[in-house]
Amino acid sequence: MWPNKFDYVRAGSVDEALSSITDDGKFLAGGHSLLPVMKLRLDAPEQLVDIGRIPELQGISANGGLTIGAAATHDAIASSADVQAMCSALASACGQVGDQGVRNFGTLGGNIAHADPASDPPTVLVACGATVNIQGADGARSVGAEDFFVDLFETALDDGELITSVSLPNCSDCQCAYVKFPHPASRYAIVGVAVCLKMDGGTCAQADVAVGGATVKAVKCAGAEAALAGTTLDDAALNAAAEAVKSDIADWLAGDIAYPESYRQQMAGVFLKRAVAAAQG
Amino acid sequence: MQVAITVNGVVHERDVDPRTLLVHFLREELDLTGTKIGCDTSQCGACTVHLDGKVLKSCTLLAVQADGAQVTTIEGLAENGNHHPMQTAFWENHGLQCGYCTPGMIMASAAFTRDNPGASEDEIRHYLEGNICRCTGYHNIVKAVKQVADAAAGA
Repeated sequence: MWPNKFDYVRAGSVDEALSSITDDGKFLAGGHSLLPVMKLRLDAPEQLVDIGRIPELQGISANGGLTIGAAATHDAIASSADVQAMCSALASACGQVGDQGVRNFGTLGGNIAHADPASDPPTVLVACGATVNIQGADGARSVGAEDFFVDLFETALDDGELITSVSLPNCSDCQCAYVKFPHPASRYAIVGVAVCLKMDGGTCAQADVAVGGATVKAVKCAGAEAALAGTTLDDAALNAAAEAVKSDIADWLAGDIAYPESYRQQMAGVFLKRAVAAAQG
Repeated sequence: MQVAITVNGVVHERDVDPRTLLVHFLREELDLTGTKIGCDTSQCGACTVHLDGKVLKSCTLLAVQADGAQVTTIEGLAENGNHHPMQTAFWENHGLQCGYCTPGMIMASAAFTRDNPGASEDEIRHYLEGNICRCTGYHNIVKAVKQVADAAAGA
């Protein structure tokens, strides 16, 4: 399948990318979300500005927290010792995107700009309090991951804006995990749950929880968090959190004929328990 | 747009429409038809090649994105007239039936055993999630890859 015709510009810097983009243009990084969409004619941008080689968008740096360049690949993130140490759930999620060929070229910036609700990294970014750093013609701004994901394939990005990096707090003293129920054929998440637990001895001082896959976007789950916080994560707390998470995601449920909304909602509770167990393991 | 892509050690300069996918460039510009188009949606792996040594589904990259890169296809895997060990292993273990997935299987597996000598059967099966075979049931493919993984680890 051939994509539509488009003009191609290879940008050497963020400034050049921002000054090159037109009203009907899109930024191209790895292309592993955008090109399939274009080949299926679900989108037909008239211009692609290739940002894949811009030096400022590469790399992963650890300085108190993590800063991940928008063009860092899933494989680079999954295999980064810094990411494994500071946010093991993100390393795990990026290691579960697609397959090795996709992870070698697909980028974190492209992934979140696409905002596929069944993709893995957004759920972890929302749970772990990530910040999306954005550059536009009018300057830079930062948006919390929870606000960045607006709806199905919809983000807080305005026309002509470019994701430059994603920042994450240092999670090395937390217990965090991402666990998903993969679709048997596509391996996309039917349900994906990310948890980040701050433990004080045997007590959970703070819990951060997000759900994706079952929902049209990654959703932060305050009810489940409240049910876990202050407990020893015993069965009563886990059962309460599994109930609460169903309410947390009730307004955002997604489904299809094979895995309807009600089923995914139920599975979110099941996979929340598994994610807590994985985080503690 | 003008590109210069090194394929199997030879630089090819061409003027391409930007929407040309790398797999089209290989098959239609260079007549390297060993690389197959299967699902054309980056799931099946029939189009797998190496780009700068990394496994890539060549239906999901524009040729212009590969400008300046080194590409290896199934036609370039043998050296000095000798099959790559993965090609030999697929032959010896009959790791194919119709053969359509085979070039992609071999390219993916060759990169995997290069990076993961001594890989277990479980690791091989998990890794091959990106390459689909509708004939074999995978058993002989996994046997072939395991043979090379063991040899690479000196087992």
